[in-house]
Amino acid sequence: MIELEGLTKRYGEKVAVNNLTFTVRPGIVTGFLGPNGAGKSTTMRMLLGLDRPTAGDVRIDGKHYDQLKDPLTYIGALLDAKAMHGGRSAFNHLLCLAQSNGIPRKRVYQVLDTVGLTAVAKKKAKGFSLGMGQRLGIAGALLGDPRILMFDEPVNGLDPEGIHWIRNLMKSLAAQGRTVFVSSHLMSEMALTADHLVVIGQGRLLADTSMADFITQNSRSYVRIRTPQRERLLDVLHGAGVTVVETGNGSLEVDGSKSEHIGELAAQHQIVLHELSPQQASLEDAFMQLTAESVEYHAHSDTPAAPPPQPWGDGWKGN
Amino acid sequence: MAAIQVVRSEWTKIRSVASTVWTLSLAVVVTIALGMLISALSKNEFDKMSRSDQLSFDPTFISFAGMSLGQLAMIVFGVLVVSNEYSTGMIRTSLAAVPQRATFLVSKIAVATGLSLVVGLATSFVAFFLGQAMLGSHKASIGDTGVLRAVIGGGLYMTLIAMFSMGVAAMLRSPMLSLGILMPFFFLVSNILGNVSATKKIGRYLPDQAGSKIMQVVTPVDDSTPYGPWGGLGIMTLWVVAALAGGYVLLKKRDA
Repeated sequence: MIELEGLTKRYGEKVAVNNLTFTVRPGIVTGFLGPNGAGKSTTMRMLLGLDRPTAGDVRIDGKHYDQLKDPLTYIGALLDAKAMHGGRSAFNHLLCLAQSNGIPRKRVYQVLDTVGLTAVAKKKAKGFSLGMGQRLGIAGALLGDPRILMFDEPVNGLDPEGIHWIRNLMKSLAAQGRTVFVSSHLMSEMALTADHLVVIGQGRLLADTSMADFITQNSRSYVRIRTPQRERLLDVLHGAGVTVVETGNGSLEVDGSKSEHIGELAAQHQIVLHELSPQQASLEDAFMQLTAESVEYHAHSDTPAAPPPQPWGDGWKGN
Repeated sequence: MAAIQVVRSEWTKIRSVASTVWTLSLAVVVTIALGMLISALSKNEFDKMSRSDQLSFDPTFISFAGMSLGQLAMIVFGVLVVSNEYSTGMIRTSLAAVPQRATFLVSKIAVATGLSLVVGLATSFVAFFLGQAMLGSHKASIGDTGVLRAVIGGGLYMTLIAMFSMGVAAMLRSPMLSLGILMPFFFLVSNILGNVSATKKIGRYLPDQAGSKIMQVVTPVDDSTPYGPWGGLGIMTLWVVAALAGGYVLLKKRDA
């Protein structure tokens, strides 16, 4: 159980995390979703006592992080796959973490086996691929067999096989009754793994809801229609009491999943249809809409993608 | 959190990176080799020296001449032990494992200091005996007054230099910045300040100038230093305490 209460972090004028209050419960995967720069990593660092909150409080099983005896046995975290000394072997990296928390050496072999790094245990971490580094970071999180696990963007940069492995790992950890708290900036990724969703934008809490509720609330299903006899169809649908939305590109949209009904109406009135397709608004769209106002770094479509090419030699003039 | 667990963990950390081996080996080799070379040269030059230089001739101190260069390797060792944590990002993993920052820093420094002391004492004794062997008839004996103190002092000096560097690195965090300040300071600035008559009075209170007094057995004829060997080492220890205290205060206060 992780409890945040009015958690706030300010860097000078800039508010990175703004009055966050929510609880992460055991037995489920809780997704921590937000656009880049929303304050996810800052929140997680405060949770581990690495950054000090400007205001508010965060507790792990009712205690502050630095009050935990052997904290790795309470909570294991993967913050950054690169947060290790590249010159140290995978085994020694895990061994020094284990020793600091009184975890027996044989557990190091166990977690290396769990993440599939036994064969490269004696190799230096700097030779590892991103995926292997991620696995080593996860081995570190699992080391103390903790009841709470926290992963910051664990699938970033992984190949499909690695992504699949992490998803299954998180689900199985939650199924064992552990608390699993995982951040991502991808709604589609969360939809596949998370049971509960905490959404933040610009440091503020935007949603704290179950995944199922989020889907039913945000996934609009509708029917898209294209027809050369647009006016006639509109009349017919109005006559039948169906609300139609006219979109800019010439197609019509009807909320709900009534494609059979609309097809039958069109057939009765002998209207030609070019398209009649049930559609589902993606969760990604719903997430984008939710966070639209709070995205810090907008990409502007009118910005040129690359500077215009310059003739050779201009760079020398120090323009 | 038992401190002994953290000490064990820090020992694993320090013995599992290559930089520990190469910095300490370099300190040993450079200090001993340069000490031998300068001892051999001094033996040949002795007869050409002035009367007062002959009276001030300190065979023990001469065998430690390599320390002026060897200490730079100790500085690199001290800096890397601490700043590696920051330059690699390991610090976040380390502090998540040991959130008690005082325990973390004290354990790290205790382990690195213990290792420096063993290496420093061994280097000092070897440099002394090999240096004396080079000096031939001008040599000092370990049983002479003040010589054993000077030889043990040489080991303490190397240890304190490493500790001072650890403190500075804990304050500055960046290895490049720490080395960029410490190396020129101990190699150039301190020597210049200590040798120019206008700044000599300030220069002799710098950590290396004060600390190296412990390795002197024969006081130079025109010496006016207001402290003795242990007083000098005391001044150096104060610098070390200040650097480590500064490092601790900043580690405690800052976000990792």
